[in-house]
Amino acid sequence: MSDQNLYERYHRQIILPEFGEEGQQKLLKAKILVIGAGGLGCPALQYLTAAGVGTIAIVDDDVVALNNLHRQVLYSVNDIGLSKAKRAAHILQQLNPEIKIISYNERLATQNALTLIDDFDIIIDGTDNFSTRYMINDACVLLNKPLVYGAISQFEGQVSVFRNKKEEDVNYRDIFPDPPKDGEVLNCAEAGVLGVLPGIIGTMMANETIKMITGIGEPLIDQLFTYNALNNQVYILKLSARKETRSLIPKDKKEFLKIDYEWLCAAPVQQNEIDSDIFNRMMVKGNIDVIDVRELHEMPTVNEFNHIRVPLAQLADNTSLIKSDTVIAFCQSGKRSLQAAKILSGIFGNSKKIYSLRGGIVEWKKHKQPV
Amino acid sequence: MSVKIILFGKLADIAGGAVSVDNVADTDSLINALHKDYPEFTKTKYLIAVDKQVVKENTVLNKKSTVALLPPFSGG
Repeated sequence: MSDQNLYERYHRQIILPEFGEEGQQKLLKAKILVIGAGGLGCPALQYLTAAGVGTIAIVDDDVVALNNLHRQVLYSVNDIGLSKAKRAAHILQQLNPEIKIISYNERLATQNALTLIDDFDIIIDGTDNFSTRYMINDACVLLNKPLVYGAISQFEGQVSVFRNKKEEDVNYRDIFPDPPKDGEVLNCAEAGVLGVLPGIIGTMMANETIKMITGIGEPLIDQLFTYNALNNQVYILKLSARKETRSLIPKDKKEFLKIDYEWLCAAPVQQNEIDSDIFNRMMVKGNIDVIDVRELHEMPTVNEFNHIRVPLAQLADNTSLIKSDTVIAFCQSGKRSLQAAKILSGIFGNSKKIYSLRGGIVEWKKHKQPV
Repeated sequence: MSVKIILFGKLADIAGGAVSVDNVADTDSLINALHKDYPEFTKTKYLIAVDKQVVKENTVLNKKSTVALLPPFSGG
């Protein structure tokens, strides 16, 4: 792109005295990673693309759904069923063909998080579940990467910036040391969200990112900004780092890789439910006790994989049959097995990983694979 | 002595309106009183801020104190 064009595109922000050509150059040189191209990610991505951040990467393994469109404003009905990361990259590239946009159509997990995050200057957390949020926080602390954090629920939003340069910089675990357990906090799918709210919060995240890159203004470092869309109340809390926080974060990369964040947060979905696909993948790995908690006479019979049969009512008295560290309960529809998972979690605590097969054996039979 | 209490997210839903607690000298006694009035509060995690400063230990309150209780949000 010619200098003239560049000047033209960004003219209105370049003429800001605080910003200037220097600010624009800093943006063009910056490399940022946006995790989650959903309600928060969409507006953040749009403004960061428009502002001319030189390299923008998008990670998301989800596909566009109709019930996303009221808040995920990058997408249209033609995108339903398509990869969010790929569609977002394509749409954004049209908005600004002069910058580099990379899409990762994959889920951020402990295995890829450190490598991915390490390549970028600033990380933007627009995810929708606690397990990923805690994982991103810990990874950014380990790698000394600035993290722009935003989260929403119903009509309220939170924004903060974790600088992660020095030991005494505040991170998410200084605010909420441990992940909430299952059922403590509802997600958007359960609690609902006003479509415009992530627009406001995601745009604020873009603003914080631009301030961090260019060095203008006062980013929300050591502060938690809260906003209520119903009454326009803004409340900014001052945060301070705690010595104890350090002990909650993995010491090094090796330790980070060993943490099962999904388990730590009792899974993002319901309890510790797994679907048929994950069930099949876990079965391939082996070393799992599978329990049929239906009554002994119930059909269909299951002979596709090894399992033990203990009806729900007798489960608590027969836990000695369980030998493996991973246990999956199933029933007809997935309801009793959820109860079974709760019972077993109560008995074994964190010493075993306990799951329930969502949709039960009826659903599994539809997708079954030779195990 | 009655301090000002601001609730966020789920806590505001549980309380369903303005909340006041009389005669509490510190955050621990305030929280105990709230847990008695609203047992559902015990089922959720939240941070406590006194006059906009997040506190982790028991903190003395005066009659001008404003206490905010804020749960974590996960939505995106």
